[in-house]
Amino acid sequence: MTRTGSHPLSTLADRIQPRDRTLLDKSFRWFCIATASTSIMILVVLLVAVFYLGLNSLNWNFMTHYPEPDASAAGLGPALWGTIWVCIVCGMFALPIGVATAIFLEEFQPSNKWLLKFHGFVQLNINNLAGVPSVVYGILGLTLFVSMAGLFGTPNEPLLSVGVRYYDQFFTAGQKSLRVPVADPAQPNTVAEPGLRALNSDNEWVVANVVDSRRDLPRSMEERRYAIIQGKSSGRIEEGSWYYFRLPFGRSVLAGSLTLMLVILPIVIISTQEALRGVPQSLREAGLGLGSTKWQVVRNITLPAAIPGIMTGSILAMSRAIGEAAPILILAGAIFLTNNPGSLMDDFTVLPLQIFDWAGRPHREFHHLAGGGILVLLAILFVFNLTAVLIRQFTQKNLT
Amino acid sequence: MATSEHPILKPFETNCKFGFRSLSGIYAREWGVKSLLAACALLSVLTTLAIVVVLFTEATRFFHADRVVCDAVTLQDGERVVCDTYVATSTGETAGDVVTCPACEASHTLPAAVTFVDFMTGTEWNPLIGKETDKKFGVWALISGTLIVSLIAMLVAIPLGMITAIYLSEYAHPRVRSILKPTLEVLAGIPTVVYGFFALMVITPGLQFFHDGFSTFNATAAGLAVGILCLPIVSSLVEDALQAVPRSLREGGYGMGATKFEVSTKIVVPAALSGIMSAFLLAVSRTVGETMIVALAAGSRPHLTMDPRDDTQTMTGWMVQMALGDNSNFDMTYLSMYAVATVLFVITMSLTISGNVVRNRFREEYQ
Repeated sequence: MTRTGSHPLSTLADRIQPRDRTLLDKSFRWFCIATASTSIMILVVLLVAVFYLGLNSLNWNFMTHYPEPDASAAGLGPALWGTIWVCIVCGMFALPIGVATAIFLEEFQPSNKWLLKFHGFVQLNINNLAGVPSVVYGILGLTLFVSMAGLFGTPNEPLLSVGVRYYDQFFTAGQKSLRVPVADPAQPNTVAEPGLRALNSDNEWVVANVVDSRRDLPRSMEERRYAIIQGKSSGRIEEGSWYYFRLPFGRSVLAGSLTLMLVILPIVIISTQEALRGVPQSLREAGLGLGSTKWQVVRNITLPAAIPGIMTGSILAMSRAIGEAAPILILAGAIFLTNNPGSLMDDFTVLPLQIFDWAGRPHREFHHLAGGGILVLLAILFVFNLTAVLIRQFTQKNLT
Repeated sequence: MATSEHPILKPFETNCKFGFRSLSGIYAREWGVKSLLAACALLSVLTTLAIVVVLFTEATRFFHADRVVCDAVTLQDGERVVCDTYVATSTGETAGDVVTCPACEASHTLPAAVTFVDFMTGTEWNPLIGKETDKKFGVWALISGTLIVSLIAMLVAIPLGMITAIYLSEYAHPRVRSILKPTLEVLAGIPTVVYGFFALMVITPGLQFFHDGFSTFNATAAGLAVGILCLPIVSSLVEDALQAVPRSLREGGYGMGATKFEVSTKIVVPAALSGIMSAFLLAVSRTVGETMIVALAAGSRPHLTMDPRDDTQTMTGWMVQMALGDNSNFDMTYLSMYAVATVLFVITMSLTISGNVVRNRFREEYQ
């Protein structure tokens, strides 16, 4: 290359020596490498910090026990089970609906002008929904699922409630509990009267030993097991079976899952659309040429060919749902739970929320617990991502 | 590969055996399936509609909160029971007047109703410390918190993300790419609560090590963490935009004797400018809506400040505080959450929409 410096129209930039320009190029390259490697450094620092803070708190008790106020005995059992519940229920709703929407948008392009407009509107809407902050979905879930806008009563006095039994619980003088089944939840709490029949902790019917006053109580702890002072009032408890269902949903697993479904739906739709777009047009045309209808082509050709891509996208969407804390926080608040959710209507908490609770406390021990929780969460996400990567690796076929 | 062994065409054989034979049956099924799919697609439209309706109706309730809810606690059968009755105001009573609860006869001072203008222009936000009559709901105190956190985040995410994207798109050797790209994907996949923890445990002590003025909760730590969160988003969106620039433009540059640096900065980046702008807008929208990091690391003192060392509260931080608190459900303070959420939604939605519009409208077509 020759210098153009002698030319009267040349600018200053043109007069720079070619050597300087390559030098600039080289230094920019090194600057780029330095900048790009900061992201790797950040990741390393983050992982080191989390491992340093959290590795010691990982043990079996931590995985199974409930989050006691005492940091040394606390665990994340309910949060772990809550995450599993929410993940499964959310996936059951989000994946079919998301894939169906993507199929509708990609494979059923209408010829009608108005339907085409509807298509464009839905597509635009999904792109914009993907940008709505998840905390806003929490607000939506609070009104739409938790209280159902007050249309079906309040969560404490639901309009419809199936599969729940109410008991009036007495605590006896021997520190045992006795439960009296309640047929009608509207009637007032049972009061201890002579001849009271109740269920003990082994679910056997026993006759309570109702005594007149504290002085009449038997001496031995063994005899005190079923002893209650007359007139003692009971507390109403509810026990849901596995199929417990109520309207409105309240701060339950189902409400949380449906809210998370709305959060990840745009992600599932967009990734499925990309997977469907990756299927070569020639395959569809072959199917149509054989006389298949559009749906037959989708079911037998496009969908099977796009399954690996759809699965990868879905798994990544699910891992987003697992890590999402803001909507659940708005919906359920930070609640203290001692038992794992057993039905769709049970109160719940999830791993990120438990981590948030621990990380926000001032004491150092809880920060170690939060670190341990993060390790568990990252391990789950790692498994999810690994599965996605493996599916991508082993199913990549050239379909053209 | 023989057709009969083709994995994709295989289900055809089984399908023909059990499928509909009559043509009208096939058409009926086709119509049914199509309607079902359309119904699923309609759900996303309904979601948007529901968000708008819920936010605006609840926010309206906040502006009409000229009533109090009795929060007197009584003991019934050993349990704490909150009265929770509406104390409707009759005409003629103004803010500061004392009204009596019809159920439990506790007296309450009427709060001043918040007007829309007060809310949108006020700079003071003190519903949790002020007396019932002095409560001030000026949303700018929260918006300023969001602004400063977003600003710091963008100062991190835009230069880093942009240069990383140029490197990935123009310079990187495939082997380097195969390390850097997954790293960025991992960074993007880490839950935000983990970044919040990182900000609180690592970034804040680090900042305090360099400068004493940083408080335990501060906007800088939260902003830096949000910036790290946005870095992969910016870099992947910008990289997509750079990749969309056709090869012929680059080759034209090289043919003129330009270096890689000149091709990148003078040809590729200007050609991809609309995509880059849209990436920035989408990243800002993400920053504004970020919740868990600011809830953990930014603090909970809403005030109008531009001091990045100070603690502050963002709009999302206030919503989290309300969700965690035990305010009674129809309290004015609680309802303010919906008004703040509406402002947040309007801001993020306009950023997202303009980002998408910029990308679609100003995309230069190269053939």
